[in-house]
Order: sequence, then C-alpha cells, then structure tokens
Amino acid sequence: MASNHKHGDPLPETVLRVKSLESLLIEKGLVEAEALDALIDRYENKVGPKNGAKVVARAWVDAAYRERLLADASSAVAEFGFTGAQGEELIAVENTDKVHNVVVCTLCSCYPWPVLGLPPVWYKSAPYRARVVREPRKVLEEFGTQLPQSREVRVWDSTAETRYLVVPKRPVGTEGMDEEALAGLVNRDSMIGTREADSPAMVEGV
Amino acid sequence: MSLDPALQAISIPQDEEGPVFDEPWQAQAFAMTVKLNEAGQFSWSEWAEVFGAEIAAGTASGQGIGNAAYYLSWLSALEKIVAQKALLTPEQLSTRKAEWREASENTPHGHPIEIETSAK
Repeated sequence: MASNHKHGDPLPETVLRVKSLESLLIEKGLVEAEALDALIDRYENKVGPKNGAKVVARAWVDAAYRERLLADASSAVAEFGFTGAQGEELIAVENTDKVHNVVVCTLCSCYPWPVLGLPPVWYKSAPYRARVVREPRKVLEEFGTQLPQSREVRVWDSTAETRYLVVPKRPVGTEGMDEEALAGLVNRDSMIGTREADSPAMVEGV
Repeated sequence: MSLDPALQAISIPQDEEGPVFDEPWQAQAFAMTVKLNEAGQFSWSEWAEVFGAEIAAGTASGQGIGNAAYYLSWLSALEKIVAQKALLTPEQLSTRKAEWREASENTPHGHPIEIETSAK
C-alpha cells in the first residue's frame, strides 16, 4: 500500500483557490474562522461522523469486515455507499492495547470527509496541527484521554490523497450490544484518535 | 433567520434537511459568501447577479449542472465579487495561491510520523 502514497503533490487547483480566499479574508478580519465553521456545521448534515460510526461498529462485530477495512478502507467504506469524489485513499488504523493512533493534517485540514464529514475547528487549528506531532500525549490529555505509558502513540499526517480513519478500541462491557447500539458509542473524536469510544454508562447517563 | 433570503434567492443544492455539499471546499465557499453578505459587504441581489452571470457562462460553455459545476461557478463568482468590492485584489489572491501551492508541493506529506512516546 505504501507504493500508493504520494508525497508533496500539489493540492487541487480548486482547493487552492478556496484556501487562498479563506486565509486572506480571515487575515483581513472580513470573516471569522469560527463563524464559517458554525455555519458549515449548521448546514452540513448530509455527511457526518455517523457514517464513520457505522463503519467502526461493523468492524467491531464482523471480523471479516474488519479485515477488509484494515486491508482496503476505501473499498470497505464504499460498501456503505461512502465514497469520496476526489478518489483519495482512505486508510483505517486500529487502536489496540499496544498502539493508540491519532490523526492530524500538519499542512492544512485534510480529513476523511466521506466518513467523518467536515473537520472540527480544533482539527484545523495551528496549535493542534503543530502540537499533536510534538507532544501527542499532552494533547490527548487535554482531550481527557489518559493512556497507559506502555501504549505507543502513533501520529498520522493526512494529505489531499491519503486520509486516515481511526478504529477505536471496543469499550469493555459491550459484549451483548448489537451493531446499531455500538455505533452510538463511537464519537467523532474517537475516529480522529483524540478520545476513546464512549462507554455504555456514559451514553446511558446522557 | 438571516440566511433564508439566500436560500430562497438561488437554489442551493439541498435535500429536505438543507444544503448538500460534495466536498468541503464547496461548503467553505458557500460559508464565506453567506458571512460576507451577512456582514454587509455585498447584498444578496448583488451576489445573485454576479453568480447568475457565472452560472450562465458555465452553462453556455457546456458545463454540467451538478454540485461540482454549481460550486465552481459559485467560487468564480466569489472571486469576482471580492475584487469588485475591493475586499481583495486579484494579485493578492494569485500570490496567496502560489504560496499555498508551493507549501503543498514542498511539504513531505502523507507519511505516518512515528513518535517515540515511551515513558517520560
């Protein structure tokens, strides 16, 4: 799969045009990044992290699907009808007792939007992009995620061509839950890797 | 709500739940336009005129009418109206675009960055 990775490819022209407008308008104070995000959040409801939650829940209950997802995530999520218009490659990275994965886009805000929708503000922020690479444990702690020191943290850098979906660990005490109920435990941040999936008690407590 | 005139003036691709975007850049172009309008930088009818002309030009040149074509016209119209209103100059835009392109070409990207995180 590594042979498919492209390095340093330019972003698509359209994306460059939009990024140029956006960054200049923000610098000039003509628009605010947070306000843009709030507006997009309000109106973007076709694609969202519920898509990714379905994928993760399926992987938790269906070993064959999990295999397909880890081998070729683009094809595996396409089984749900989640496809990307730009044809970028999606890679699923699985959290285990030994490894915790977290995703960033150090350059801008590349994000697996067919499965997660549009990225949250913090994902696009300069502090997250810079710090999660340098001090991932500290950043995770700020998200309330405490990991055992023995667990390795891997940081994955997204691009326009390669996006990552974190498959969080299935929470303990969920053996009897069906796929749909499990999907309700898969919060957005757990698929970016800054948090873990919710426990059943957390969801019931809402 | 302040967006309602916008939604009524020109049909944004949407289903019963609201606008539909194929790609984030479409949502970003949409959001910038709505926010500039809300801030009074241009009226929605001014926007509709510029955007309508882009749509017409796109249609005349055989461009499709899907979401992508729609938002390409949207983006062209946004570039035009920010220049018309002297919010940004075309030079600023082209300079910034070159900077972004250079950054994207020169950043070794897509490589998993493995961090040593054994106990501190």
